Amino acid sequence: MTGIALEGVFKTYGSNANEVHALHNVDLVVAPGELVAVMGASGSGKSTLLTIAGTLEDATQGTVRINGRPVADMSKNERARLRRQSIGYVFQDLNLLAGLTAVENVSLPLELDGVRFKDARRDAMVALERMGMEGRADRFPDQLSGGERQRVAVARSVVGQRDVLLADEPTGALDSVNGEGVMRLLRAACQDGVAGMVVTHDAQLASWAHRVVFLRDGRVVDQTVSAPGVESLLAGDGLP
Amino acid sequence: MSVRHALLALLTEGPKIGLRLREEFEERTGEVWPLNVGQVYTTLQRLERDGLIESNSDDNDSPHKDYRITGEGRQEVENWLRTPPSAIPPRDDLVIKVLVAVGVPGVDLPAVLQTHRRRLVELMQTYTRMKEDALDDVRIALVVDAELFRLDALMRWLDAADVRMRSMGEAAAVSSASTPSVVTRRSIKVVG
Repeated sequence: MTGIALEGVFKTYGSNANEVHALHNVDLVVAPGELVAVMGASGSGKSTLLTIAGTLEDATQGTVRINGRPVADMSKNERARLRRQSIGYVFQDLNLLAGLTAVENVSLPLELDGVRFKDARRDAMVALERMGMEGRADRFPDQLSGGERQRVAVARSVVGQRDVLLADEPTGALDSVNGEGVMRLLRAACQDGVAGMVVTHDAQLASWAHRVVFLRDGRVVDQTVSAPGVESLLAGDGLP
Repeated sequence: MSVRHALLALLTEGPKIGLRLREEFEERTGEVWPLNVGQVYTTLQRLERDGLIESNSDDNDSPHKDYRITGEGRQEVENWLRTPPSAIPPRDDLVIKVLVAVGVPGVDLPAVLQTHRRRLVELMQTYTRMKEDALDDVRIALVVDAELFRLDALMRWLDAADVRMRSMGEAAAVSSASTPSVVTRRSIKVVG
């Protein structure tokens, strides 16, 4: 089983009387080719879910598998390699390095992983091209618009052979049309075979996902079934 | 949705027959609002009666009858495009259901809210697919955006309702002594 698989995952902070259950018995599978949005109010546990899926934090209980391998069985080095090679992240604040150009930002994870400079640059350019950003490759982040920076961040998250994509409110402060552009890219990246998980409180962004999972008090309480076809709207029975 | 004004606006581009107007209306509104032929012809007859359009034939049953807009009709379109929509809140089924549910004993309110939330997101996914498939059709994107923003507003309202009722529930649990509400009830006029 490739992709992301969480099974009976609990995350507890504090102890005894001060225990807080951030996640409670979460089961969630994200298959390659699928973009899943996790929605929930502030404090529902959605960011915790993402950091656990991204192996940045450990589950208190339960199993997390990335590409079929239980994360708990990996050494610290193996996890670091998994994060460098397989998992792409897009965070709200993007974390682009101001002193590096767009293409340098995108190729950095590959270079850190020991890929030869020339190959890393070539792969970075491919990723930028997919985002329509090849013409901006030599610009520094502060020479790019908000939407362009977001594109660079998405390019960095999918560069190389990454097969898991994790995003936390990836459209940041972008207006709705530019935000939509980012979601289109994430959806397209997933359709190319990546398993993607995006956490957001924005229903319009979530509706770009193939499936939407609802989190409440650390529990998965509901999820969408496949969206009804457009015909349902024309038949006049689709509107609430 | 003002079919009357939309048809009038289509006639500003030049004379058209009824069937073509129907086709264009549906096409331009992303085929979200289907029109029946009877509705089109009744509307055209009323527009003609009111002097906003004129036709080249007195035969109401002729499908080849060409309609053209009058000067008065153009003025009407101008005014309509700039008139703000009604300020009276529309009656929304979902809002009414939730308000009613608050008073019904034994109802699992969070579960009711979640059911609607899921349904709304599923609808939004369907609309988003339409937008995804119609990359270069700005009209479809606009129609779909309008509907997505409307559904999104309902989603936000459900989220706010959830948080509000939860914090009220917690407050009630802390102090069982009820304090009279100081908020004066004010009725909001509802259309429909």
